[in-house]
Amino acid sequence: MQLTVWTYEGPPHVGAMRVATGMKGLHYVLHAPQGDTYADLLFTMIERRGERPPVTYTTFQARDLGTDTAELFQKSARDAYERFKPEAMIVGASCTAELIQDDPAGLALTMGLPCPIIALDLPSYSHKENWGAAETFYQIVRQLADKTRVASAKEGRRPRANILGPTALGFRHRDDVAEITKLLNGLGIDVHITAPMGSTPTAITGIGEADFNVILYPEIAHEAARWLEKTFGQKYSKTVPIGVGATREFIAEVCALAGIAAPADTDEGRMPWWSRSVDSTYLTSKRVFIFGDATHAIAAARIARDELGFEVVGLGCYNREFARDIRAAAKLYGIEPLITDDYLVVEEAIAAANCELVLGTQMERHIAKRLRLPCAVISAPVHVQDFPARHSPQMGFEGANVIFDTWVHPLVMGLEEHLLTMFRDDFEFSDAAGPSHLGHGSATPLAAPLAGGVEDRTSAPEAAITAQIENTSNPTREATRTDEVWTPDATRELMKIPFFVRGKAKRNTERYASEKGVAAISVETLYEAKAHYAR
Amino acid sequence: MTTMQAVTRPTEIPVLRERGQREVFCGLTGIIWLHRKVQDAFFLVIGSRTCAHLLQSAAGVMVFAEPRFGTAIIEERDLAGLADANEELDKVVRQLLARRPEIKLLFLVGSCPSEVIKLDLSRAAERLNVTHAPNVRILNYSGSGIETTFTQGEDACLAALVPEMRADAADQLLIVGSLPDVVEDQFRRLFADMGIARVDSLPPRRARDLPGVGPGTRFLLAQPFLGDTARALETRGARHLPAMFPFGAEGTTAWLHAAAREFGIDEMHFRSVVAPGRERAKRALAHHAERLAGKSIFFMPDSQLEVPLARFLSSELGMRLIEVGTPYLHRGHLADDIAALPAGVQISEGQDVDKQLDRVRAAKPDLTVCGLGLANPLEREGLSTKWAIELVFSPVHGFEQAGDLAELFARPLVRRDRLTV
Repeated sequence: MQLTVWTYEGPPHVGAMRVATGMKGLHYVLHAPQGDTYADLLFTMIERRGERPPVTYTTFQARDLGTDTAELFQKSARDAYERFKPEAMIVGASCTAELIQDDPAGLALTMGLPCPIIALDLPSYSHKENWGAAETFYQIVRQLADKTRVASAKEGRRPRANILGPTALGFRHRDDVAEITKLLNGLGIDVHITAPMGSTPTAITGIGEADFNVILYPEIAHEAARWLEKTFGQKYSKTVPIGVGATREFIAEVCALAGIAAPADTDEGRMPWWSRSVDSTYLTSKRVFIFGDATHAIAAARIARDELGFEVVGLGCYNREFARDIRAAAKLYGIEPLITDDYLVVEEAIAAANCELVLGTQMERHIAKRLRLPCAVISAPVHVQDFPARHSPQMGFEGANVIFDTWVHPLVMGLEEHLLTMFRDDFEFSDAAGPSHLGHGSATPLAAPLAGGVEDRTSAPEAAITAQIENTSNPTREATRTDEVWTPDATRELMKIPFFVRGKAKRNTERYASEKGVAAISVETLYEAKAHYAR
Repeated sequence: MTTMQAVTRPTEIPVLRERGQREVFCGLTGIIWLHRKVQDAFFLVIGSRTCAHLLQSAAGVMVFAEPRFGTAIIEERDLAGLADANEELDKVVRQLLARRPEIKLLFLVGSCPSEVIKLDLSRAAERLNVTHAPNVRILNYSGSGIETTFTQGEDACLAALVPEMRADAADQLLIVGSLPDVVEDQFRRLFADMGIARVDSLPPRRARDLPGVGPGTRFLLAQPFLGDTARALETRGARHLPAMFPFGAEGTTAWLHAAAREFGIDEMHFRSVVAPGRERAKRALAHHAERLAGKSIFFMPDSQLEVPLARFLSSELGMRLIEVGTPYLHRGHLADDIAALPAGVQISEGQDVDKQLDRVRAAKPDLTVCGLGLANPLEREGLSTKWAIELVFSPVHGFEQAGDLAELFARPLVRRDRLTV
């Protein structure tokens, strides 16, 4: 048993739902107890979908356990077919149904339903959401792909690629697909099918007709792509086009796969110049902590160091399946990788990293708020905020533009930084107001404890449910933060430091004092610490 | 997959009973409000990753530094042998209590997987009580979806508290069911003004303040989903005061009146105490009655609050009830509310969600009260909806909240009229 207060990934059947919900014409019959239907709201609320996920739950109760849950399953499957007339069905069990061992797969296969039945075996006591999505997609492809339908002769037509990996409830999948489709078309490559999101079981039967595959999200598409390579000889792309450099490499890679010449002159968007312009000088060596799914975290680290001039001081992921990739990446930055799905461990690592920017999931956004650090979200698990109304990709050159804005805006702008210092003593300038761009959370004056901020309520379901709920935090974890005493002189000196770096100065000084065993922090200690941490 | 039958008894409203896919939460969801109400309690679900995911999805738990609930996720090796599962549970509880020394009451909450593998949490609680006494009291209840539907989780939790209540024969009034503190305080002020000396609440705000119970205890149910809790209290000698549930001016008056009568409060005095609140409630409702009167409403089953809310909307705001769906209909506790429903109203119990949605589409109600999984799909079809869950999480009981309660139903209609996009 593992004590969990919050988890980065749901159970594997939620991964299967993400695949099914992204597709049309596919229906999922899930043997599950009453209550598992909660998963519908992830799609209808977070992603604002206007249709229910294509899932029929058997929702058995205790009284059914005494009778025949297998029969209930068969009835549900039959009714679902009658009502929805899907092109194909996937069938499986959630965690509880797995225990009662009704074998939904076997049951469905013997029913003689007039559509392909794809049986899923998703062990929920050992695997998680991303794995479930990958396995589901792999099974769908393996069982539906028509092995006689292969790529036609290349002469007289444009090269053709499948885009693999996007699902419902994916982090910016909707916009990444649009961006990469446009990019491929611009290169002279046709997109054959995009799957799972955007495809149908019927379309997937012809998946072998593409010349090669483009993998956008290895967490979901890698298994299927390997099988397609083995079966149809389709090569697949290895570069995930997040960031300017990665997009350049991606273009070279897909052009090679397509057997066409890479374009000599590409419009790489604004990001390279935005990063080189003098206002961005202040970004140099900002210490950044990165955590997310492995693909997004690794891409973020590369952008952070090579395209924005940050220093990567932390890098980690929550999906162990990709631990090897994270380890290899961490080596590039000379740091220890953090591979964990315990957010409390992540919080400790962030607090210890003494960083100036956190790039993470929605959980790291909350951690960063508590620690009063700027933060940008780079990865699932998703939140209603991760589905903006505007086009907002992560991939391609437009994705790089979006990333520049998203990461840089939480930081104080270069010129603004100077102006704030100049006008700090102006009576109209309210020092206590704090930086407006960080929202209310940062407005608490320094006298308040550093941890335990007020949270925003941005997600619709969150807002509904937390209406009565305020933030709670564990007093025992906070109490250890400030044992050293500030002398009045040192406190006055501290208050002269601009507020947006004051928190850091305070933390550094206290850390220095505790390391050196200084009980009372004087003005001297403050400047000793400043010199100590100077870079 | 429905077995459907209309059961009609001479004096009763016909009830449509359905079995099929139920689009409802399980009882674990109650933890989201219970852990806020009892501030020194911790709720440890013994379940799967699905349970943990449900709680964080339903609650938007990311806002918490460290919430007072968590999940001991059962892993593959725990399924191999139950002895090991028990050892693992003891270890998790040890870890938890070491990290959260301020916890005074720990609930071990059963889930679907723990029920199916027959992990005996009452024995686990006994065992752990020996280890961790006297610092922490450890109790257990089941919030599993196979046994409980949404708000029934609170019922199971409160029923588990009843044996812990000390014997107390004194005359007292007990308010049963978790209410937001602000609402509870309003009710207590009214009872005090009436002259009822001893008033207590279950659940208490702090575990150590658990009230006593005995033959002198009379209790009002603040929530309609507390069948097991009421039964448990009755076995301790307490007596239930039947009443309409305290929604709106009429419901609240009737509910308060049941206590006043029982405690021999002079009728004129009762009226003078409730008059100001009652008048305020009526004024607040008048604002919304104009917009809501004559509008039709369809309740999908969710929290068991449906019948009393339907009573409120029809008798105090003039709304037209198309169907009042509820996961479970407690005829005894809801008798007064059922009696006040208009003749011929369709009540349904249980659910076959696809068939019920067919009925919603056919009836085209002005407003459909439903869960979050159904709201956007219905809105996309052009039907206005009210999230049922907001009715559970918002302060809606009593005189002072009557206007807010009506506003929750009026808002989707106002919004619909206002938008031109």
